[in-house]
Amino acid sequence: MTGILSLTTFAPIVGVVGILILRFFGRPEEPRTLNAARWIALIATLATFALSVLMLAGFDPNQAGFQYLEDAPWFGVFRYRMGVDGISVLFVILTTFLTPLCIIASWKSITSRVLEYMIAFLMLETLMIGVFTALDLILFYIFFEFGLIPMFLIIGIWGGQRRVYAAFKFFLYTLLGSVLMLAAILTMVAISGTSSIPALMTYHFDPGLQIWLWLAFTASFAVKLPMWPVHTWLPDAHVEAPTAGSVVLAGILLKMGGYGFLRFSLPMFPSASQFFTPLVFALSVIAVIYTSLVAWRQVDMKKLIAYSSVAHMGLVTIGIFSGNVQGEQGAIYQMLSHGVISGALFLCVGVVYDRMHTREIAFYGGVVNRMPWYAAVFMLFTMGNVGLPGTSGFVGEMLSMTGAYAASTWTAILAATGVILSAVYMLTLYRKVVFGELVNPKLAAIADLEVREVVIFAPLMVATLLMGVMPSWIFNVTQASVDHLTQTYRAAIGG
Amino acid sequence: MSPQTLVTVILFGPIIGAAIAGLVGRRIGDVASMAITTGLLFLSAVLSWIVFAQWTWGGLQPFTVTYAPFIQVGTFISNWSFRLDGLSAVMLVVVTTVSSLVHLYSWGYMAEDDSKPRFFSYLSLFTFAMLALISAADLMQLFFGWEGVGLASYLLIGFWFKKPTANAAAIKAFVVNRVGDFGFVLGIMTTFWAFGSIQFAQVFPAVAAHAHKAWHFASWDFRLMDLACALLFVGAMGKSAQFFLHTWLPDAMEGPTPVSALIHAATMVTAGVYMVCLLSPMFEYAPAAKNLVAFIGAITALFAATVGMTQNDIKRVIAYSTCSQLGYMFMAAGVGAYQAGMFHLFTHAFFKALLFLGAGSVITAMAHEQDMRRYGALARFLPVTFAVMVIGTIAITGLGIPGLEWGFAGFYSKDSIIHAGYAAGLAGDPMGYFTFIIGVFVAGLTAFYSWRLAFFTFNGRARWTSEDLEHHWHNRDDLHGAHDDHATDAQIETHDEPLADHAAAHDHGHGAAVPHETAWSMRLPLILLAIGAIASGFLFEERFVGGEQHAFWRGAIFTAANNHVLGPLNAPWWILSAPLIFSLVGLLVAAYMYLWKQGLGARLAARQGPLYLFFYNKWFFDELYDATFVRAARFLGDLFWKGGDQRIIDGLGPDGVSAVSYAMGRRTGLLQTGYVYHYAFVMLLGVAGLLTYALVAWNA
Repeated sequence: MTGILSLTTFAPIVGVVGILILRFFGRPEEPRTLNAARWIALIATLATFALSVLMLAGFDPNQAGFQYLEDAPWFGVFRYRMGVDGISVLFVILTTFLTPLCIIASWKSITSRVLEYMIAFLMLETLMIGVFTALDLILFYIFFEFGLIPMFLIIGIWGGQRRVYAAFKFFLYTLLGSVLMLAAILTMVAISGTSSIPALMTYHFDPGLQIWLWLAFTASFAVKLPMWPVHTWLPDAHVEAPTAGSVVLAGILLKMGGYGFLRFSLPMFPSASQFFTPLVFALSVIAVIYTSLVAWRQVDMKKLIAYSSVAHMGLVTIGIFSGNVQGEQGAIYQMLSHGVISGALFLCVGVVYDRMHTREIAFYGGVVNRMPWYAAVFMLFTMGNVGLPGTSGFVGEMLSMTGAYAASTWTAILAATGVILSAVYMLTLYRKVVFGELVNPKLAAIADLEVREVVIFAPLMVATLLMGVMPSWIFNVTQASVDHLTQTYRAAIGG
Repeated sequence: MSPQTLVTVILFGPIIGAAIAGLVGRRIGDVASMAITTGLLFLSAVLSWIVFAQWTWGGLQPFTVTYAPFIQVGTFISNWSFRLDGLSAVMLVVVTTVSSLVHLYSWGYMAEDDSKPRFFSYLSLFTFAMLALISAADLMQLFFGWEGVGLASYLLIGFWFKKPTANAAAIKAFVVNRVGDFGFVLGIMTTFWAFGSIQFAQVFPAVAAHAHKAWHFASWDFRLMDLACALLFVGAMGKSAQFFLHTWLPDAMEGPTPVSALIHAATMVTAGVYMVCLLSPMFEYAPAAKNLVAFIGAITALFAATVGMTQNDIKRVIAYSTCSQLGYMFMAAGVGAYQAGMFHLFTHAFFKALLFLGAGSVITAMAHEQDMRRYGALARFLPVTFAVMVIGTIAITGLGIPGLEWGFAGFYSKDSIIHAGYAAGLAGDPMGYFTFIIGVFVAGLTAFYSWRLAFFTFNGRARWTSEDLEHHWHNRDDLHGAHDDHATDAQIETHDEPLADHAAAHDHGHGAAVPHETAWSMRLPLILLAIGAIASGFLFEERFVGGEQHAFWRGAIFTAANNHVLGPLNAPWWILSAPLIFSLVGLLVAAYMYLWKQGLGARLAARQGPLYLFFYNKWFFDELYDATFVRAARFLGDLFWKGGDQRIIDGLGPDGVSAVSYAMGRRTGLLQTGYVYHYAFVMLLGVAGLLTYALVAWNA
């Protein structure tokens, strides 16, 4: 099965080639061509998903190290190294799982430049998978940074009214972080003489240097995640992005920040991580409380969910830096779960946006009278976001906070206020949009979910419930790698 | 069938019913949905009684069935399981009995509703979550059930989703419960990090060894067991609507009345009491936490009773009564008489469900009028309802014959609580005397508000007219729409006098609309519950709190070696009879004000004395919370958003930096023209340049 990683990573490119052929030999802008492009994209992403599932099936969960290793000379000291461990393999699955749903979600709502849109999305998928499979620093950096470009285009071209502003804000923030990270990467390569991630994970950098490297990497990850106070690009990017763009942004791109902390900061700079833990806890706790309160006051549905994402990511950083198994597992689980639930919530917004072309909460009210199935679906994901036990949202939250408790009770106490606040803003949103009398005459003819939308939501609902009731399936995959990560981290900081 | 199979069927029956009614209810129709959910619930109830009988008389030993792993991370191990012991056996019959009767009752009560499958699905979902709660073998499944019943409660309070008041009440219930759960999760974490486990079977035996440990929490040093138990108790305060976190329960009356009977009286709200009793091995080593439990319980009992005396909405009176009775149960647990708390939980389930469902009958008969000031003289029209309500009232006020030791349910359970308080006082716990005094005094208040409700509703002059009923019957849509709520709108109005005059001039005889008894599906549950309200006390006193208690609980409740609060009590007769004496006084005062001197209550209310206003406005808790927490959160939310994010972070950060490029982008028009590609290209160049530099530097 060697090579299946590269195959999975680059499978979407086959679709890109297909669409390019279509573009040069077919007649662009003709409905048949557009439909063909949509189908090519869907088939390519589904094939990618199938490949990744095959890869997961052959994955040995008892092994802590990297599997499906690929190693080929590239240039200089850099090599083409690929591999996955128990942590990254699930993020690959998350990516390949969400992307086909994004393609279906864009089926009707994207009508201009369809071919280019699909190409951007397929490129984006390859780059996102690559982030989680790359085992060489430079290779990782390329995937990590080049993922920006298709996302930038998706917001900037297919976005809403203020898309230019949002795209630039998004770009500026992330570019700032990435420049610092690049500098750190080059320093690391220069000192250690290798760019292999597994090798660097056991390399002991000088504690003084670790501080600087940690800060440089954190600049990038904190923006991506995002952490307070570098989060303000996220609400704007979400509001302007098309629905599928928001799904990918919240579902996968944000996770790269958390993944980065787990893959780089903790194993490579353990003493710096320990040194900065109080800072991370402080920023995370602020994120939980501050952005939850801000979310409550929003008048735009997407902004509300975007702010809620920042709050939920605060729990991720809390879990990661708590430095025990409960915290790490909780953080990973929280990221996977948030990928499913926040993606689903953005799709829920997309359903009514496609019909009414507004995301203003006050416009809606009483849609349950016309859309009972939509109301049920939205309720499930609302409860998921609130962290109700039995949904995936609970498991990660509970474990992250439990992990934090051992490191700092204050952090756990303040983070636990998120339990209250998430209920406040989510239930308020749901009530204003779904419950009540149908007063706005424009809503009088709004239609319930169509088959295409049911096809999108069904897998997300199954995932939310299954992950809520049977989390042990996922912990089995991550356990060996997380145990190893935690043990080496604790050994390195002497705890 | 083996007991293991029985409990599995009991547990999963309701969720299967809920899934069928919820997912395909519209397709298979109302009757099929109702029949399936109700049928499965009756199956669960019958099987529960079989299990309970095996437990009580058959010598069934405690066991735990493990179905599947839930969360397993390090030693944080939780399984989906069913733990059967004395406590869960008792709760099984309470939950499934009341739930099945409420399902049946709802056939009649919800007859005119157009989303019956949804209603029955929620009811069954609730039952499943409650069963998961009581059968948990670790804190995680307990919390799963805990929040699951909260979800069902939220959905059912807001069942009539067109009513803004119902939606607000549903959110309030969920959020206030979350405040409690905030403490609960911190308690779970404390337990986990102290014991390295969240499984009862591992934590309980280890408590004694940890009893005197100190624990650092939030910059303070606490006694470990006191801290853990106090935090867990905060969760119980939320679920059981105890003082400070009680504000959601009265508002929850926005839900349909069968819901109030099942969730907000008999089962869910007692989960907090159940939790404290279940965790008795921990609480027995936490004297300060126990004192807290007893104190909060006593304050709640007093507070809710004072408010209940002044309310006019029939459901709100019963809601405050529930709140107050829950306070009694916590008083018992707080002084170490867990068995008495569970006993009162058990008897209360019957008589309180009875009172609520009886009130539901009255409300149905009165065309969904809930204001008691528009009732009166209903005994003649609703004889069955009147009879069972009187039985329920006798049961809750604890009337009985002391010499013969014979009385209705509350006579046994409430007296055992009050006596346990006195015994704890004798044993040197001042909190014991405190709960005794409060318990006796509140017994008087209980009698007053309960009899007031009965007399005000069924006796005296009719304060309604046939036109009122016809008017309501012609506007049945009111049920789903926003109907005016007299209890909140007509805050201090006391318009019963003119109404009464109006009604007196009216003749009910000549074919005009009169209230009539409800369908058999509503009457049968009332009669069955009435039997429970009469008999559950004397049938089970010996086993729950008497000589056979150890044989009955079989280790499910732990009492420390020096805890004898439930032993024989040596006290003068006036101590032993004090609850009964106060109860009779309360009865007499209520009879004086609402039977013999009708209108006296209204006149007292109209005077609007400060104490009356204080009670009538529920000690101003809603106003206080609104003025502090809600306002502060709203202010901070706006401040962080507009001040923090927009002005400071964006103003100093990206907006400043990007001003130049943004202006450029705007001047040159749309992005599609290629500027975005330029940007991408520039970035690519930058990356390539850096790479080249690095390579050169490396090779040099």
